[in-house]
Amino acid sequence: MSLSQDKETEWSRWMTAAQEGDRVAYERLLKDCLPYLRSIASRYHRAPDRREDVVQDILLTLHRIRHTYDPERPFTHWLATIASRRSIDALRRRGRTEKSEIFDEQAYETFSDPEANREMSVRDEAPALQAAIATLPEGQREAVELLKLRELSLAEASQQTGKSVSALKVNMHRALKALRSQLKGD
Amino acid sequence: MPSTEQLIAQLAAGAEPVRRLRPPLLRAASWLIGVAVIGAIVVPFYGDFGLFAEKTRDPKFVIEMVGTVLTGIAAVIAAFELSLPDRSPAWAWLPLPPLLLWLGSSGYNCWRDWIEFGEQGWHFGESAACFGTIVGFSIPLGVALLLFLARAKPLAPTPVAALGGLGVAGLAAFFLDFNHPFDASFLDLGWHAAAVGLVIASSSAWGRWRGQINWAAAEAQTQR
Repeated sequence: MSLSQDKETEWSRWMTAAQEGDRVAYERLLKDCLPYLRSIASRYHRAPDRREDVVQDILLTLHRIRHTYDPERPFTHWLATIASRRSIDALRRRGRTEKSEIFDEQAYETFSDPEANREMSVRDEAPALQAAIATLPEGQREAVELLKLRELSLAEASQQTGKSVSALKVNMHRALKALRSQLKGD
Repeated sequence: MPSTEQLIAQLAAGAEPVRRLRPPLLRAASWLIGVAVIGAIVVPFYGDFGLFAEKTRDPKFVIEMVGTVLTGIAAVIAAFELSLPDRSPAWAWLPLPPLLLWLGSSGYNCWRDWIEFGEQGWHFGESAACFGTIVGFSIPLGVALLLFLARAKPLAPTPVAALGGLGVAGLAAFFLDFNHPFDASFLDLGWHAAAVGLVIASSSAWGRWRGQINWAAAEAQTQR
């Protein structure tokens, strides 16, 4: 993409003004050279979203090193070098990332997902859990039924049973401990 | 992530005036003058000028010394040039001719020493001191140079830092010549090369680290 001499002069003037703190000239410059930057980035990156990421990186780099532009030298050469360099850097980075990642379209079909059978295994385990609960002492069984199976709050369970909140907590704690050891033992 | 148009608006809103970098040749010259001044202060403390005057009568020593100092100067100039995005990559070749002169003359002196003294040319203790002197000089000079070069925030910090390392090591080897009581032996040359290699490797590592920092900063900003 070749640019006219007028454009080169105009961009150089805006950049010089931007270095002196002229924000309007800077915004105008960045907006005006956006298609040029996109055309350079698209030589290296075809996917539009990736290209746009690279364009943003070029803009940030340009901003960070804007003090290195010498108004005596051509602006487009300075800009094009930054744009190409950043595009190539992004390609290299992508290459490095992809080297340590695996892309497998068939992964869902090929590999088992441990979470996939969770619902079924819960159903399978339900009778064993119910049997274990049935063996608990009365107080503990009551705490599990109210707090876990019927999902009542401690205050509601306390009101319903007439037992204190702390007694319910103790019973629940003991019940969980007993269930854990019983189910693990199976 | 903001859209590109939003990013432009953000960048423009935060665009403070910046101080333009002076031309790279001028920056290199000011750094080299600073080093010359420091050298003029430090060298009289450890240099042996009688020995030095005697050695300068040998043209081979003078050629080697010229190669050393020119390598230092050329590599420093090349590093300053390449720290800017729009300079030709061909600058990287600037130190090559004096480097070849330095290596060639050292190699020749080394070979001559081998022929003349045989295995006696292996001055182990003295050579280790050379290593220390080159590295010792290179650390403060290298830190000062890398700080100067970092002002340009180079897009490719690794080659810039490596050239800076070569420049600093060349200048340090030149300072070493003011108190170097023997010609280079194989082992001596090995120590010099190891010291120069260490300085270049450390500088390059710094350059790579700078590069990663630049990337991380840019990524963090685009994620905002």
